[in-house]
Amino acid sequence: MITRRLIEAPDGRGWIFLAIVLVAAVLVPLLHLLLPPSSPFHVSTSVMTLWGKYLCFALLALSLDLVWGYCGILSLGHGAFFALGGYAMGMYLMRQIGTRGVYAHPTLPDFMVFLNWKELPWFWYGFDWFPYALLMVVLVPGVLAFVFGWFAFRSRVTGVYLSIITQALTYALMLGFFRNNFGFGGNNGLTDFKDILGFNIQSSQTRAALFALSAVALALGYVVARMVVQSKAGKVLIAIRDAESRTRFLGYRVENYKTYVFTLSACMAGIAGALYVPQVGIINPSEFAPANSIEMVIWVAVGGRSTLVGAALGAVIVNFAKSTFTTGMLAPYWLFALGALFVLVTIFLPKGILGLMPQRAEPAGPNGSPANGRVAQPAE
Amino acid sequence: MREVRDRFLALVLSFGVLLSGGLAAAQTYEDALRGFTADSFNDTDAAISAVAGSGHAMAAVLIQALQDERLLFDAQDKRVFIRDASGPLLDAATGKPIAGNAPANLQPVRLNNRLRRSVEAALGSLTLVSPEPAKRFEAAQAVFKSRDANALATLDSAIAKEVDARVKKALIEARAAIVLGKADATEPEKLAAVATMRERGDHDARALLSGLSDDQPVSVKRLVADAISTIDSQLAMWSVVQNLWYGLSLGSVLLLAAIGLAITFGVMGVINMAHGEMVMLGAYTTFVVQEVIRARMPWLFDYSLAIAIPLAFLVAAVVGMAIERGVIQFLYGRPLETLLATWGISLILQQAVRTIFGPTNREVGAPGFMSGAFELGGLSITWNRLWIIVFAALIFVALLAALRFTTLGLQMRAVTQNRRMASAMAIPTNRIDAFTFGLGSGIAGLAGVALSQIDNVSPNLGQGYIIDSFLVVVFGGVGNLWGTLVGALSLGIANKFLEPYAGAVLGKILLLVLVILFIQKRPRGLFALKGRAVEA
Amino acid sequence: MDTTVTNPHEVTQSLLYLDGVSVSFDGFRALNNLSLELAPGEMRAIIGPNGAGKTTMMDVITGKTRPDSGEVLFDKGSVDLTTKDEAAIAELGIGRKFQKPTVFENHTVEDNILLSLKDDRSVRGNLMWYANSGDSDRIGEILKTIGLTAHGKRLAGSLSHGQKQWLEIGMLIAQDPKLLLVDEPVAGMTDAESMTTADLLKDIAKDHTVIVVEHDMEFVRRLGVKVTVLHEGSVLAEGSIDEVSANERVVEVYLGR
Repeated sequence: MITRRLIEAPDGRGWIFLAIVLVAAVLVPLLHLLLPPSSPFHVSTSVMTLWGKYLCFALLALSLDLVWGYCGILSLGHGAFFALGGYAMGMYLMRQIGTRGVYAHPTLPDFMVFLNWKELPWFWYGFDWFPYALLMVVLVPGVLAFVFGWFAFRSRVTGVYLSIITQALTYALMLGFFRNNFGFGGNNGLTDFKDILGFNIQSSQTRAALFALSAVALALGYVVARMVVQSKAGKVLIAIRDAESRTRFLGYRVENYKTYVFTLSACMAGIAGALYVPQVGIINPSEFAPANSIEMVIWVAVGGRSTLVGAALGAVIVNFAKSTFTTGMLAPYWLFALGALFVLVTIFLPKGILGLMPQRAEPAGPNGSPANGRVAQPAE
Repeated sequence: MREVRDRFLALVLSFGVLLSGGLAAAQTYEDALRGFTADSFNDTDAAISAVAGSGHAMAAVLIQALQDERLLFDAQDKRVFIRDASGPLLDAATGKPIAGNAPANLQPVRLNNRLRRSVEAALGSLTLVSPEPAKRFEAAQAVFKSRDANALATLDSAIAKEVDARVKKALIEARAAIVLGKADATEPEKLAAVATMRERGDHDARALLSGLSDDQPVSVKRLVADAISTIDSQLAMWSVVQNLWYGLSLGSVLLLAAIGLAITFGVMGVINMAHGEMVMLGAYTTFVVQEVIRARMPWLFDYSLAIAIPLAFLVAAVVGMAIERGVIQFLYGRPLETLLATWGISLILQQAVRTIFGPTNREVGAPGFMSGAFELGGLSITWNRLWIIVFAALIFVALLAALRFTTLGLQMRAVTQNRRMASAMAIPTNRIDAFTFGLGSGIAGLAGVALSQIDNVSPNLGQGYIIDSFLVVVFGGVGNLWGTLVGALSLGIANKFLEPYAGAVLGKILLLVLVILFIQKRPRGLFALKGRAVEA
Repeated sequence: MDTTVTNPHEVTQSLLYLDGVSVSFDGFRALNNLSLELAPGEMRAIIGPNGAGKTTMMDVITGKTRPDSGEVLFDKGSVDLTTKDEAAIAELGIGRKFQKPTVFENHTVEDNILLSLKDDRSVRGNLMWYANSGDSDRIGEILKTIGLTAHGKRLAGSLSHGQKQWLEIGMLIAQDPKLLLVDEPVAGMTDAESMTTADLLKDIAKDHTVIVVEHDMEFVRRLGVKVTVLHEGSVLAEGSIDEVSANERVVEVYLGR
C-alpha cells in the first residue's frame, strides 16, 4: 500500500523533477570526481558546492510551499527553522574539531575558550555523537514549530497576524544568537569546521557526497510533501486555506491540521539547514535575519505557489540570479532587481513560472479560481 | 626648609587677606607670584593657595591661565607673565600688557596632577564669588567634588552673601561635603552636614556618606546610616520615575513610528512593509533640508526642522500615494500578496537611498532648542526627547481630530466600514484609498523628522522600526488609534522596566515573547472591536 | 428560569433547546432573551426582518459566538453547546449552510462532498485515507440527490450560484447531521430553482431535523411547516405561515407603520 502511495505521489511534472534531481545527484559528483579539471565536462568544487547550496534552498522553499501554498500559512520565520537545523549540525561539526582548534582545547570550542568558559554548557552535551546531532536537526525546529503552532493556531491567529509574529519569532532568535552568552558563538557563529564523520570537510569526495545527499534529501522531501498533499488530509489543508471557518463547521480541527503541517515543514527546513552548513562552512545569526525569511517567500512565489516543484525551481532560479548578479559589476542593482521581482510577481505572475505552463486540472492555487481571481472567503 | 616656610607664609598671608583686603591684598598677591618662579611643584602649590586667597582682581585670570598653561615665568627676574588668549603678553602683577619686547627665556609654569587638582579647587573657590549665578553654581559643584578644605573660608563668606536660592543650596552642600571630610570638625557641625547630604539625596551624596572614615562619633554614625537608607529609598523612587520617563520617551518614538501604520494597516487593512522606508524618507528629507540650509542660509538653521516637517510629510505622502496607485490598488483583498509587494518596494527604496546618499550614516544636526538637557529632581531630561514626546502627542491629537472632524476623515471612515455603500453614496473610494495611504505615509515621514534627531540616519533606519511598529498596532488592536497609543506607551515602558533586569537585548526578546503570547491570548489586540462587521 | 438546573438530562426532550439566550456586540443586543425549542424530526422555518438576530442565533448554536447568558442544549439536553467549539459541535451532528454559499472553490464537486462525508476527522486518519468504493457510492448518491451528477469533476468555484447552493446542501446531507441549519437556501435563485430546493429540503426533513432561515415567503409557504418570527433578538410569534401572516404585530414589524 505504502509503495503504491509512493508511486502515485508525483504527477507528470513531478516525475520530470525527480528524474532531474536524482540524475544530478549521481552525475554531478561523478563528473567532479572522475574527470580531470582540464575536461570541459568537469564540474569544479565551487560550482558543485554552489549548486549544493541551491538544492538546500530548494528543499527549504519546498517546506515553505507546503505551509503557504497548501495551507495558507504565510510563515515569515522559516529562516529560523533552517538556521536552527544548521546550528545543530554546526554544533556537531564544532565538537569534531577537538584539539585542532586555535586553543587546542579537547572539549570546548574556540569561542568558549576565548570567552573564558570553563565547562561545556549542558545544551552542547551529546552533539559530538552524530546520530544525536541528526536527531536534534529535526527535533529542535520541529518542537519549536509545534509549540509555536500549538499556541498560535489554537488561538486562531491567522493571516497577516501570524506572518507578523513569525517575523517577531525569528527576530527574537536573531537577537538571542547574536549574544555571546547565549552559547552559540555570538556574532561569528560557528565556523572553521574540520571534518564530518571523520571525512575532511574540504575534500572533493566529501563535497561530492554532500551534494548527492542534498539532492536525495530534496527528492525525498518532494515525495513526502507530495504524499501529504495528495492524501485526504492534503485536501483538508487546501480546504482550510480557502475557507477556514467552513472547514471548521464540517468538524475538522483546523488547529491540529495546521500544527501538523507547520511542524512537518519546520523539520524539512531544519534538514535543509543541516545540509547547507557543512557545504558553506559557516552558520551565523544573520541566517535568522527577518529579511531572509521574507526573501524565501519570493522564491516560492516566483516558481509558483502550491506546486511544490515550482517552489524548488523558484529557489534555484532566484538564487542563481542572485549569485550571478552580486558577483559582477551589477552588484549594486541586485536589490532593485529583487525588489522589482517581489512587485512584478505578485501583480503580474500570481501563479508563478509554472502557472505559465499548460497543465492538467490540478487543485489550482488560490488565485486560480476562474470567477474573479480571488479566494471566496466565507462571511464569518 | 624654604618650601615649608613659604607655604606657611602663604597660608598665613592668605588668612590675613580674608580679614583685611584692599591694599594688603595687592601686597599678598604680588608676594605670592614669586612662588611661581621657583619651578618647584611645592612652591607652585603654595602660590596657588596664596593667590586664590588673596582676593586680588587678577587672581581668577591668573589661575585660569595656569590651568590653560598660559602662565609663564622668567626665572632670572622672578617675574610672572600671562599670555592672553588673544596673544599679547600681560604682566601678571598688574594685568597690563608689557612694554617693549618680551623677555627672552620665558618658561611655562609646569603642573602635575596634584597641582591640577589644586588649580581646579582654587578656580572653584575663586568663581564662588563670581557675579554670575551660573558660574557660582558650577563652582559650588566643583568644590563639592574636590572637597578642598582651603575653600571653606571663601565658602562661608559666599554663603553669607548669596541671594540665589539654588546657588545657596549648592554652596551649603559643598560646605557640608568639606566639613564631613575634615578631621577636626565638631560633632554638631558634622550632624548638620549629614542632614544636608540627606537632603541632597543623590548618588554623589550617598557615595560621600558611605565613604566616610570610620572614626566618627556614634551619633554621627547613626545619622549617616539613617541618611543612607533614606537616600537609597529616594534613589529607588527616582529610578522608577526615570524608567517611566525613558519608557514614555521610547513609547512616543514607537507611537510616531506606528501611528501611520495604524492608518494604513488598521484602517485600510493594508500591510505596508515599506512603512519603515517612509520614516526613512522623512529622515533623509530632514537631512537634505539641513544641507541646503547649511550651504545657503545658515541663519535659518534653528528653523530647519520646522521647514523639514511639511516637506517630509509631502515627500512621504507622495511616495505613499504613488505606491498605492501603482501597486497596492491591484492587490486589495489579498493581504499576504500586498505584504510581499510592499516588501519589494521597501528593498527598492532602501537601495535607491543607498545609491543616492551612500550607505553610511548621515549627520542630522539638532537646532539650538533641541540640544542640551535640564534637571528635574533626580532626573535629567534631554530637550530632544521632550520635544519628541510633545511632537508625538501633537500628531496623535491632530490625527484624531482629522479623522473625526474633516470631510476626508468622514469619508475615510465610511470607506473603511462599508466600501460598496460608500461608493454608492458617490464617495470616490479610489481617491479616498490613495489619500488615506498618503496620510499614513506622510505621518511616517513626520516620524522620520523626529527620529533623525535621536537615531542614525541611514538606509536601514526604517527596518529597525517595522517589526516594533507592527507589534504596537497589533498589540493595541487594529483599527483603533487609542489602542495604538496605549500599545506604544505600554510596550515602551515595559521595555525600559525589563531592561535593568534582563539587559537591553534580552529585555527586547522577553518583550517579543510576551507580545507573541499576548497575541495568542487576544488575537485582535487590546482594544478589539467586536461584532459581525469587523469579522467580515 | 427560576428552577436551577443541576442535571441537564431532566430539562427537555427537545433536540435543540434555547432558553433566555442573549448576545450583545458593543452595546447592541443581537439576541435578547431568545427561547426556542425544536423537537426531534421537526422542520422549522425562521423568518424575520434584517437584524432580527437570525444569523447570530445560528452562530450561537454552531459555537461561533458565545452567548452572554442563557442555555443552549442539544440532544435532549445532554450536551451544553456553549462549552463546545465549532468542530466539536459539527461532530456532535449539527450541520450548517451559510447565507453566502461557501464551498471549497479549488476542490472538485466530488471532493467537496468527500470532505463533508461523515468520517474520521483526525489528521492521522486522513493522512492514511484511501479512496474506497463505499465513499464513491455515497458521493454518487448525493450528487444525484442534488442534481450535480454531471458536474462531479468540475471545480466548485466554476459552478453557478444556484449550483453552489445545492452543492452546499449536498455537503450538509453528506455530513448526515442530526440537525441542519440552513441559512437562506434560495437567495439568488430563480423561482423554478427555489421550488426544486423546497422539495429537496422537504425530502431531507423526512429523516433529519431542520431549521430553515428564509426571507422568501412563497418559499416558506411551500415548505408548509411551523414558522417562528424573530424580531429584535427574540421570538415575536410562532405558528403556521397563515397564522403568523395574520398576526398584527408581525405585519407591523414587516410593513412598518
